[in-house]
Amino acid sequence: MMEWLPLAMVMVSLIAGVAIFLLGEQRQLARTLLNLGAALVKLALVAFISMLVIVDQAPEFRLALLPGLDLVLRADALSLLFTTLSAVLWLITTVYAIAYLERSENRARFFGFFSICVASTMGIAMAGNLFTFFIFYELLTLATWPLVAHSGTRAAILGARSYLRYTLTGSAVFLVGLIWLYGLAGSRDFIVGGGLDEIGIDEHVELRIIFVFLVIGMGVKAALVPMHSWLPKAMVAPAPVSALLHAVAVVKAGAFGLVRLVEDVYGPELVAELGMGHLLAVAAAFTIIYGSVMALRQTDIKRRLAFSTVSQVSYITLGIAVGGVMATTGGMVHLVHQGLMKITLFFCAGIFAAVLGVKHIDQLEGLGRRMPWTALSFTVAGLGMIGLPPMAGFVSKYHLGAGAVAVGAWWVIPVLIASTLLNAAYFLPLIKRMWMDPEPDQWPHPVTLSRLETGGLVVPTVLTAAISVLVGLFAAHPLSPLSWVLGIVTEYFP
Amino acid sequence: MTMIAESLAGLVFIPLGMPLLVLLLPGRARGYLCFAAVLALPLCLLPLTQEVWSGNEITLALAEFHPPLGIVWYLDGLALIMLWLTAIVAVPVSLHALTSFPPNEESGRGFWPLWMMLLAGINALFLSADLFNLYVTLEMITLAGVAMIGIGGKALALKAAMRYLLLGLLASVLYLLAVGLIYGQTGALDIYLVGERLETGHLASTALVLMMTGLLVKSAIFPMHVWLPAAHGNAPGPVSAILSGLVVKVSLYMLIRIWFWIAGDWELPAAATALGLLGAGAILYGSVAALVQPRLKMVIAYSTVAQLGYVMILFPLASVGAFRAASYQLLAHGLAKAAMFLAAANILKSLGTDRLNALTDLDRKMPVDLFAFTLAAVSIMGLPPSGGFLAKWLLLEAAWKQDAWGWLVLVSVGSLLSAAYLFRVIALTCFHPGRRHGPTRWQPPPSSATNAALILALLAIAAGFTSAPVLDLIDASLPPGGIWP
Repeated sequence: MMEWLPLAMVMVSLIAGVAIFLLGEQRQLARTLLNLGAALVKLALVAFISMLVIVDQAPEFRLALLPGLDLVLRADALSLLFTTLSAVLWLITTVYAIAYLERSENRARFFGFFSICVASTMGIAMAGNLFTFFIFYELLTLATWPLVAHSGTRAAILGARSYLRYTLTGSAVFLVGLIWLYGLAGSRDFIVGGGLDEIGIDEHVELRIIFVFLVIGMGVKAALVPMHSWLPKAMVAPAPVSALLHAVAVVKAGAFGLVRLVEDVYGPELVAELGMGHLLAVAAAFTIIYGSVMALRQTDIKRRLAFSTVSQVSYITLGIAVGGVMATTGGMVHLVHQGLMKITLFFCAGIFAAVLGVKHIDQLEGLGRRMPWTALSFTVAGLGMIGLPPMAGFVSKYHLGAGAVAVGAWWVIPVLIASTLLNAAYFLPLIKRMWMDPEPDQWPHPVTLSRLETGGLVVPTVLTAAISVLVGLFAAHPLSPLSWVLGIVTEYFP
Repeated sequence: MTMIAESLAGLVFIPLGMPLLVLLLPGRARGYLCFAAVLALPLCLLPLTQEVWSGNEITLALAEFHPPLGIVWYLDGLALIMLWLTAIVAVPVSLHALTSFPPNEESGRGFWPLWMMLLAGINALFLSADLFNLYVTLEMITLAGVAMIGIGGKALALKAAMRYLLLGLLASVLYLLAVGLIYGQTGALDIYLVGERLETGHLASTALVLMMTGLLVKSAIFPMHVWLPAAHGNAPGPVSAILSGLVVKVSLYMLIRIWFWIAGDWELPAAATALGLLGAGAILYGSVAALVQPRLKMVIAYSTVAQLGYVMILFPLASVGAFRAASYQLLAHGLAKAAMFLAAANILKSLGTDRLNALTDLDRKMPVDLFAFTLAAVSIMGLPPSGGFLAKWLLLEAAWKQDAWGWLVLVSVGSLLSAAYLFRVIALTCFHPGRRHGPTRWQPPPSSATNAALILALLAIAAGFTSAPVLDLIDASLPPGGIWP
């Protein structure tokens, strides 16, 4: 009975997605109930499975797709970190999306693929081996493509095409790496510390090449430079999609994959021995700086946020690549922290654009008085991104920096400092404009909305902003993401 | 044993008897009788499957005459898989044909007897292990296929049918010549006997080249594919599905049989590589051509040219893994391609055109047909979870095991190209900026026709979950020699 639970986690959203398609465009109430119902059921499932994992009864689902090649879905501490994040943010984003897309076209299609997208994310989180991970990783590409193209404008179609080019090419490389790895080492489940070290020293060159292939496969979605340029183009998607893409689904799937690759496939020791940790860390550091510099040069709010994601997600990569208890903790916990802050920022950008037509950074002047709650949320998340103590971003950066010093990687410190300065340079002027500058006479495209609709947009935004503050403030609490991650990491570095 | 013999006979003689029987019946009843005959095929296969499963190959000497004089039917795992593919594709296709070729109308009067003949031919071919018998059944299939393309009498279709017929006849002549040479040397026609008796030499090589060339033409392997796109792209309704899903697989199956069962241990690496290179040409050329087609059915037809290329990689690899991969590819492609052509037939019939720029807005007009097409596309692109993905995985794995990096890269590039031409279609139908420029007058297809496409598409996806029984059958029927473990 228990072994069906992981499958149920995936199926809840998948069935909801299919049901939404079948309901059609007009049945709005039924669709809303289905959306929210599925999200709540999923949260309950996550809670139940978490308890099972805590008492060491992690459920596992297994199905042989080919002889010796199993589809494995299971819950462990790391997958729960990601599923909890996804389940919580899915619920909040659904509320936001329902309000955001009020009266727009093709909502059945939107919410259908939205649900399938979450189902794939669940599959990625619960995947028990790299093969299963790959299957859901591909499914995620398929499910997000229609969301990026959703508006059907020329820019949207081009953005979606670019997205497909990058991700499908990436997954072709991924697949070759996967075949190679399985040929060399056989099919194996994710285990703490990897387990590839039994492979002889003769194969180390091959293991290095495979590692690079797999990093390319995952790096495309994680937007590692130079495989990042689909991400700013995918900004044409509706705000809730961008929010989900940047916080939980696509970009995070890539980052989560890198975590699995380093920790559970190769194992941190072997990665270091092969010299791959260093390579990955340099790539991540470069991405962090490059993304920040590019963000600084953008004048469109969503594009600036997109490049900020390129930079911030690489903190996760940097943490696991540097290795050691502290740095790994910093990287993994940023998976959650970045998700919360970035989703808030995109929610805000969506509200600015939908309610006032504000898309450009110059148009933010005086916005703080016009919509204080949204501006406050933006400010809080922005400050968090910069890493102002005691915000969530600070907790991540502190662990990263201290961890890097602990393993002797001093060079990480200047990278972190530079990145923080750049973050400040591209967030603080926006915050200053919102609060200090006078309100303009005329907003670009003001829309009068009913109170409820604005509420549907603002409440989720304030909620995610509040959570992002709380996880930073109460980082030492035993139920905080940080404590959970510390629990995971101590297994890798006993 | 009688149960087995009757089942074997049923596979061939039930459809073979239909064309005569339906002459006695009034219009509508003909269609239902033929449909019932198609439904009987899986029932005939059940006892056979049980027998092959328990590890026995089935041999039946017709009228108790044994080779070299008599005709013998063999059934091993590979043939059984192909028979199942035929039966499984035939059921939804017939369901579709009940509405697209109504039995009481002119088109239906032509379609149903031909379809039954074709089915009898296909089933008989898979049961044959005798070079001359294979020839006769292959002719039966080609002639029925050509005639089916011509149903409806559209000029383009007739022209394509003519070209198919002429090239098909040329191929037959080559094949028959080779059969003559082989019979002259060995005095046998049975594949297993020929395999034992035929000695390598100029004569044997000539025969093999002739035979392979003929079959390559019939299977439309690049660059002998020239007849296929027009024929499959212009054939009416479900006929395209039959041709692309089943008919090309038949000659490809023969190609595999003859190469591995007769010439299995002849050590012909150069020729094997050449066959693989033809496959590479097919994959690259077919995909690029599919990318620039203005009509949906032509895209699908060129996709067939490309997809058949993957099977050809079996020849240079020649391993157990490649055998599994090629067989699974035949199966998965048969299901997905039939689904695609059925969906395309519905679209063409409803909108009156299948030009891609008229298909914008299809997601609102015919969502289920488009969904079926998309599911089939997932399998063709080799994305998980689908039969096509498992076939691609097996092929990549087989290539890796022999360090055949060239083939590995080819397969990866090929699947990217297939994604390019299929996503082009899907993007046009759902997200075209100039939406609502398609025809304003259209009629939804009958729900049974839509369901037929959907069933096949779902089966193509389901093939991504249940590989074990199929792979067991393949493993039990590997060629006698000449392949890597």
